Amino acid sequence: MCGVKTYFHSVTLDEEKCRGCTNCIKKCPTEAIRVRKGKARIINERCIDCGECLRVCPYHAKKAITDSFDMLQSFKYRIALPAPSFYGQFKSGFSRGDILKALLKIGFDEVYEVARGAEIVTAATKKLFETEKLKKPVISSACPAVVRLIQVRFPSLIDNLLKLEAPMEVAAAISRQKAALAHHLADDEIGVFFISPCAAKVTSVKAPFAKEKSHVDGVLPMQDVFLKVIAVLENDPEACTLEQAGFEGIRWASSGGESLALGNDRYLAVDGIHNVLTILESIENDRLEEVDFVEVLACYGGCLGGPLTVENAFVAKTRLKKHIDQARKSDLPTVVPSHDELLWTLDIEHRPVMKLDDDLDKAMKKLEALETINDSLPGLDCGACGAPNCRALAEDIVRGMAHETDCIFVLREKIRALAAEMMELEAKMPPVLDREKTNGTGKTGIGGDASDGG
Amino acid sequence: MSGIIRLHFELPGNDLMSAGEASSSVKKKLNQLGINPAAVKKAAIAMYEAEINAIIHAGGGTLAVTITKDRINIVISDHGPGIADLDLAMQEGYSTAPDYIREMGFGAGMGLPNIKRNADRLEIKSAVGQGTTVEITVFF
Ligand SMILES: Nc1ncnc2c1ncn2[C@@H]1O[C@H](COP(=O)(O)OP(=O)(O)OP(=O)(O)O)[C@@H](O)[C@H]1O
Ligand code: SF4
Ligand SMILES: [Mg+2]
Repeated sequence: MCGVKTYFHSVTLDEEKCRGCTNCIKKCPTEAIRVRKGKARIINERCIDCGECLRVCPYHAKKAITDSFDMLQSFKYRIALPAPSFYGQFKSGFSRGDILKALLKIGFDEVYEVARGAEIVTAATKKLFETEKLKKPVISSACPAVVRLIQVRFPSLIDNLLKLEAPMEVAAAISRQKAALAHHLADDEIGVFFISPCAAKVTSVKAPFAKEKSHVDGVLPMQDVFLKVIAVLENDPEACTLEQAGFEGIRWASSGGESLALGNDRYLAVDGIHNVLTILESIENDRLEEVDFVEVLACYGGCLGGPLTVENAFVAKTRLKKHIDQARKSDLPTVVPSHDELLWTLDIEHRPVMKLDDDLDKAMKKLEALETINDSLPGLDCGACGAPNCRALAEDIVRGMAHETDCIFVLREKIRALAAEMMELEAKMPPVLDREKTNGTGKTGIGGDASDGG
Repeated sequence: MSGIIRLHFELPGNDLMSAGEASSSVKKKLNQLGINPAAVKKAAIAMYEAEINAIIHAGGGTLAVTITKDRINIVISDHGPGIADLDLAMQEGYSTAPDYIREMGFGAGMGLPNIKRNADRLEIKSAVGQGTTVEITVFF
């Protein structure tokens, strides 16, 4: 797609584990997966890292590329940025302070809560709303999977996106700056690590969509950090001093949290990628009335349902509620960037990955062919061809990525036709042999010859 | 036949479950052609509203699409009750939708005005007792 720059995304396949079933191809919201030679293949430029395939794979053959703990060794001073959803992973006997303290025990020198960054983003969003220059409904950009979905499937909604940095970036920038000042560190001596609930956040660090470079150095999967933390977790009444974020920031982990923090009733919160598709469709049809802000999260339940979390999203929600109830009212930290500092520095672009051809004439011919092929397919959407549905196979065929006989029904028809033709051929005798036969039975053979014998 | 794409959809009457499917499918195809997003959006909104109208006010109909290099032409026809006063129907907020339709989020009287806003060319023919034909053109 993008010339020299290859397109990075985090979700990959574990070849060993994949059995080539059709679970993931059917669930992918951008039809980015095909089964080829018994293994699932991801069409890279279509993948939005929503993690739906990670969730549905019965063999756990999909994984997210993340960073590893070893990376901590490369930095003199390491800062942990736990996503708000991290708190929902632990049994309720432990306070938020206990959890943060445990992070200091496993190799970090400092913690900065992403929930704190979330509060700053909320403040900036309110300011932006006051300017009244926003295109309504404003669509949250907090979930990178949704932003990518909009880039590939809903380009007309790009203008509706809230063009502000994500809480993770804000937290990283502030903590980095503070550490540099307080400990006289050079920028490259500081390692900032995000503890992530999902693959999409990895991508937003490795290949940021609205800026040149992320302030985050590494992204660690929440599952791995959880295991390390649980081993050293203990009650420590003193640890509460580490708690910096208020309840409004923590609540961002759940669907609706970002909206509630805005204090405006005219919002709608949608979670789960397939629900997100429906709602984006109705915004595109201009059918969503009386709503100023739309919070859209790829995972069911919001980030608590992220594919790299440990706990079931519903259980985690109850646990998170305890932390929300115990947290104080949000107030902003002492160093707060102004809202224009949070504005995106790059515009994001439409990524027309669904386009059949760059040339409109050719694209039209391909679409015509696609329709004809689609009409000839059985319409069973069985997936045996390796494409998610018959139409997708038709599309692959016109793109030159598949063949009509990849459809087992078309193949069977062709074999049947071939068999019939073979039978027919088989019945035909070479003229030399035929003569003998004619003499014997007087029935078959070329007309003239037959009458000769009679 | 090359250079022209023709599509045809049946719009089942009073079936709100499938309402919008035809427009959605056409929209996908426009994106596959790489038509600019602004034009796709205009066509999608106008087509969607006309599709819904045929379904809820006229017991269904047909949707025929012709796409050429520079435009999309959409004709939605039905054999419903027709529109007695078209000027009135075109006004924002005018609606004859019954309560149960309103409960489903339709019936604000915004559909036709929205079609007008988004279509580059619009022609509506309607006869009471015979039906309605809405022809929408959007240029790329
Ligand atoms: N195809 C049609 N057949 C018969 N009457 C129609 C048709 N389309 C529109 N009308 C009439 O015109 C009125 C206005 O249509 P319009 O689409 O603007 O509003 P609506 O459909 O009532 O509400 P909304 O579109 O906001 O959901 C309708 O209430 C209906 O009386
Ligand atoms: S909802 Fe949250 S956890 Fe899920 S993909 Fe989006 S940002 Fe990641
Ligand atoms: Mg209407």
